[in-house]
Amino acid sequence: MSIRLKVPFERGAVEKLRSGEQVLLTGTLYTARDAAHKRMVEQLEKGGTLPVALEGQVIYYVGPTPNKPDSVIGSAGPTTSSRMDAYAPRLMEEGLKGMIGKGYRNEEVIASIKKHSAVYMAAIGGTGALLAQKIISSEVIAYEDLGTEAIRKLEVEDFPCIVINDSHGNDWYKEAHKQFEESPNQ
Amino acid sequence: MKEIAYQDIVDEVARICQEANYDLGEDVVNAFKESVRTEKSEAGKSILNQLIENADIATSNRVPMCQDTGVSVFIVKLGQDCHIAGGSLQEAINEGVKKGYDEGYLRYSIVDDPINRRNTGDNTPAVIHIELVEGDGLEVQMSAKGGGAENMSAMKMLTPSAGMEGVKKFILDTVREAGPNACPPLVIGIGIGGNFEVSPYLAKKSLFRPVGERHEDPEIAGLEEELMTEVNKLGIGPQGMGGSTTALDIKVETAPCHIAALPVAVNLNCHASRHKHFVM
Ligand code: SF4
Repeated sequence: MSIRLKVPFERGAVEKLRSGEQVLLTGTLYTARDAAHKRMVEQLEKGGTLPVALEGQVIYYVGPTPNKPDSVIGSAGPTTSSRMDAYAPRLMEEGLKGMIGKGYRNEEVIASIKKHSAVYMAAIGGTGALLAQKIISSEVIAYEDLGTEAIRKLEVEDFPCIVINDSHGNDWYKEAHKQFEESPNQ
Repeated sequence: MKEIAYQDIVDEVARICQEANYDLGEDVVNAFKESVRTEKSEAGKSILNQLIENADIATSNRVPMCQDTGVSVFIVKLGQDCHIAGGSLQEAINEGVKKGYDEGYLRYSIVDDPINRRNTGDNTPAVIHIELVEGDGLEVQMSAKGGGAENMSAMKMLTPSAGMEGVKKFILDTVREAGPNACPPLVIGIGIGGNFEVSPYLAKKSLFRPVGERHEDPEIAGLEEELMTEVNKLGIGPQGMGGSTTALDIKVETAPCHIAALPVAVNLNCHASRHKHFVM
């Protein structure tokens, strides 16, 4: 069974989430991948401000395909999150509460998730056509010159994710994997 | 001497670039369906069903199945008695990629150089391998190769004492390390032998074979089957969420090598194993 949640998260919602849970998100997500992360962190290092206030927000790691004239977005599935590991802890210091991508996070990110009571969720990699149907609007709000890597504000409805790293230090990839490696015949 | 018009190649290349991204091959879809039956994890089954649904949406809405529409990789067999009229084969392929990606609303994922990293804005240059063969035909195979699985691929210069045990260990280690990052269930291409540049090419080339088809050499076919069993015991499962379907298929290609060498390359392909071809 999936848990329906509003994004940005309501107070206390993140702490209740546990690794392995399936969630359906409705509300606002911001997109950013490698180039936008690099630029955001450089801006912070120079003492500047971010183009979007990250306090309480959720970032979706995606670089969509161009939309056809009759659709709001093209294909829009998650990209590999580890490429954002170098930047994610700095953004959590700015108040970032959630990240959506696919694949492992490093120890530093997992520790930051715990420290800041945040959450890392995975969407199913390679289902960009299916996930795009859960996106009801998309607007480029910063770094337009980065093309597919620009920051977009998305409105989503029942966007499906699985909790991987919860705010209590659990890691679903490790747990799920172990289940089937140790007793593959269950 | 047969003549093929430059523009005809451009148009065909554009067409297969789009079809590769919209229409997942029947071989892959059948492998999904078969895996739904054999997968031991309920979560894994549900993910496999979503992959089937995603492929259906992509085909009916003419939208890319994955947002990473990849590096366009071509393996071309050019007959030595075939002449391209009106321009070079490389230019025709790159122009076809440009046209296909632009008109098909596909993503541009190539930067002009690895240091300054400016997007070229048309998904070129393509990676093009040309093999000169007998006859007057032209066969063009295209793959849209995503970055996620490519980044988790690996190559190692083993030496003969490592033996097949060493080769297997390297393959399993690579798949384990890739975990969810390469978007399993995977199609795994393996090149054994050759030298430092040949084995990765063999691995890439093996991925162009249809999913579900075994190698014609019974010894290699046996190795492919053995590796399938081993890899699917790792427990990684669909999307790394646990399960018995870590690989949809494993392909092995071999080549002669130096007496001192045992190179092995593992080229991972995600479940979006997108290959199309045309013949002229
Ligand atoms: S690894 Fe494959 S399925 Fe996953 S995001 Fe990349 S191209 Fe898409």
